[in-house]
Amino acid sequence: MKVIYTDVLIIGGGLAGLRVATGIKGRGHDAVVLSLVPPKRSHSAAAQGGMQASLANCKMGEGDNEDVHFSDTIKGSDWGADQEVARMFVHCAPKAIRELAHWGVPWSRVHRGDHAAIINAEKVTITEKDEAHGLITARDFGGTKKWRTCYTSDGTGHSMLFAMDNKAKQEKVEVHERLEAISLIHENGRCYGAVARNLMSGELVAYVSKATTMATGGYGRIYSVSTNAIICQGMGQAIALETGVATLGNMEAIQFHPTAIVPVGILTTEGCRGDGGLLLDKDGYRFMPDYEPDKKELASRDVVSRRMTEHMRKGKGVKSRYGDHLWLDITILGREHIEKNLREVKEICENFLGIDPAVDWIPVRPTQHYSMGGIRTKYTGESQTLKGLYSCGEAACWDLHGFNRLGGNSVSETVVAGMLVAENISDYLDSDESHLTIHTSNIEKFVKIESDKLDALLTKEDGEDAYVLRRRMEEIMMDKVGIFRNGDDLQEAVDELEELCKRSKNIEVFRSKSRAANPALVNAYRTQKMIKVALTVAYGALLRTESRGAHSREDYPERDDANWLKRTITSWPDENQLVPTVSYEEIDISKMELPPGFRGYGKDLTKHHPKTAEREIVVNAVKEKLEAVGESRFEIQNALMPYLDKLPKKYRAINERLGENI
Amino acid sequence: MSESKKQRVLKISILRFDPHDPEDFPHMETFEVEEADGMTLFIALNEIREHHDNSLKFDFVCRAGICGSCSMLVNGRPTLACRTLTAKLDEKFTLAPLPLFELIGDLSVYTGKWMRGLNERLETWIHDKEEELNVDKLEEKMEPALADEIYELDRCVECGCCVAGCGTAKMNPYFVGAVGLNKIARYQLDPRDKRSDDDYYELVGNEDGVFGCMTLLGCEDVCPKDLPLQSKIAYLRRMMLKNTL
Repeated sequence: MKVIYTDVLIIGGGLAGLRVATGIKGRGHDAVVLSLVPPKRSHSAAAQGGMQASLANCKMGEGDNEDVHFSDTIKGSDWGADQEVARMFVHCAPKAIRELAHWGVPWSRVHRGDHAAIINAEKVTITEKDEAHGLITARDFGGTKKWRTCYTSDGTGHSMLFAMDNKAKQEKVEVHERLEAISLIHENGRCYGAVARNLMSGELVAYVSKATTMATGGYGRIYSVSTNAIICQGMGQAIALETGVATLGNMEAIQFHPTAIVPVGILTTEGCRGDGGLLLDKDGYRFMPDYEPDKKELASRDVVSRRMTEHMRKGKGVKSRYGDHLWLDITILGREHIEKNLREVKEICENFLGIDPAVDWIPVRPTQHYSMGGIRTKYTGESQTLKGLYSCGEAACWDLHGFNRLGGNSVSETVVAGMLVAENISDYLDSDESHLTIHTSNIEKFVKIESDKLDALLTKEDGEDAYVLRRRMEEIMMDKVGIFRNGDDLQEAVDELEELCKRSKNIEVFRSKSRAANPALVNAYRTQKMIKVALTVAYGALLRTESRGAHSREDYPERDDANWLKRTITSWPDENQLVPTVSYEEIDISKMELPPGFRGYGKDLTKHHPKTAEREIVVNAVKEKLEAVGESRFEIQNALMPYLDKLPKKYRAINERLGENI
Repeated sequence: MSESKKQRVLKISILRFDPHDPEDFPHMETFEVEEADGMTLFIALNEIREHHDNSLKFDFVCRAGICGSCSMLVNGRPTLACRTLTAKLDEKFTLAPLPLFELIGDLSVYTGKWMRGLNERLETWIHDKEEELNVDKLEEKMEPALADEIYELDRCVECGCCVAGCGTAKMNPYFVGAVGLNKIARYQLDPRDKRSDDDYYELVGNEDGVFGCMTLLGCEDVCPKDLPLQSKIAYLRRMMLKNTL
């Protein structure tokens, strides 16, 4: 048995994982990163439009600060987010982006003087201040009050990931590429690393560590069409679930991005609409103002995706052999703008559609894009139930996004959560609690279990074809657990997935019998795990009889705070069970800085919780009292919901801005 | 596009070899796949894996031309497979793994390992001599045009096409390739990197670096991101030469 010991095992080499590793090294501990692919090829690279941080440098960002970013994020989440976590996040986002600037990201900068821009289909002139010249600029994104999304053209994730990976190389972070964690090693409620499979040689390796971090991204590929990279299969969530101890949060919270190209589902950034692009129907009519007169194309993603679907259901979609779609029109932005700020979009249009987006409209429709749910953690990033297991980024639910994530908050979350979790883990490593106490015979047991499972897949006869099961699972998720959901479809989805789960125990790898590099074997064991993840999504969606954020029930159209202001927690305590175990975690209104309210889209159907009105009175009274005596916004915030003590000391200081705190 | 249009049957010849199988030897194998509208090599290869031979090895990650994983030789020319539309190819075509990189099997090569070596050798990160950054303070200013210029060179996805298309790289395994030279040009441009021209000369002022280039410029022809490799290599040469005077 090959065993590799390290202080921290980090599973996943995207932005979040690399930021954790770099922070851990900085604190003098050891870290090994396992990555399915060379880290620079991780899905973080595909983030296009930008990173939210309330720098307030550009003209249209003036007046922005943590408070505005906080309020946008909570409203965006439909009050599902953890407000303390959101506060920690908005406070650290400016620090994270400044750190990345220092590490080499060529952020687009403010240019003094007049600029032409398109706002609400009209040409306007924006005049940038002299003193902001050369600072990081920002663009408009959906669901935000200010222009807050910082960018490098539309290759933001790429630039961030390259800078981050280069920094990790400088810090001599050890990365083991093409290694896949296939189970977690744990004992008595404590995680001790993972069993990993080398995807080139097939060798199994036990990585034994004091702390383990899951930074494996989302689970979009349980749907047949997704903007996600093909490696975003939810394996991190699955192996956490399979411990029977760790829990997942809000797995049913799935985001559909309004503008993926048809049919292949490749993303075109929200920056297209942020920069002034419009959504048009089959008649070339701009329909969004009819539905959302205030935010129009720049309503929150869940809202725009639903409105587009509604409009297509009215027969206003463009017919194609791949089903209906709508048009994204960025021609009004002009070629120069597209070739400078939307060049990935341009390349994608040329290569996959054979069109020129400076002249032609882009065929788009809402497509699975982001997993708000994930491994449920405390604000420290540690699992609530499995000690020593941490998670951050899209893999986790700590819970910044609630039931709908704002565009630009995901890459921002990866680096912010990464820097915080690195400190929290380092503190843990500095304590006596972190010592390894697991016996090697027990480690061996975990390796043997996995080895036997692989043998069974390769030697089974008359078994099931993994591809058949997987394609069916993907279809079920697409057809029955999509943008609009209802009880009948969801029940069918759960029943059928349960049947697939049963059948998946009998998968056989046909023909290709190698234990080494073998895509058929990989597909076999991942399919078994993906079906479990799909079940957590479908079952959570079935039980949640309300509509909140991206979870939209046709049979329960109202947000029901009275009964459903709570997180769905799923676990899989018995490996023989065929549906997950579900429990709920209440969200406490009496501690909220921003009590539940109306998001401002469509009609307000909210069934309010009795405590909401009470909390509003308290919040308003505190604000009035402190404002009257001239207290700062920081003092008022602190009186409503203190959070600074939850941050590592090095990140507690106030952020400097032009005209503020200098 | 009418529904009844007769689709072509593609004949895809793939250079196959599994180095883990002692019995195996490199050989061509041809698969027939019915073409579909908008079909890319990503779709075609997955169809082969799912319906014809589930042992076929290849690498895709983003399948959107962003991550640089899937470079291979299509009719002998290095390119990103995921964004190659079959409609742009003849009915018969060949696929082979990218040369010069370690073969994992069939069309899967270990470009990541090569690129890691390159990045470590050229120290492709910001070298600054400052104390720790104060993240609470305003970021350092940068001219907007300069930021754009750096981004232009930062767009490299390390796909390896330029190395596979390079005459020098074939003869000299230590040659840093256009990918390496482009990175030096990128950091040399970046005021945050405090390395001097002398430092850069130490790194690439030799035959494994900028003086190894024979100016065949296959790199620029095959770069999927259209990076200005020719002008950057020429610029670096002039800069290095000036440095020796």
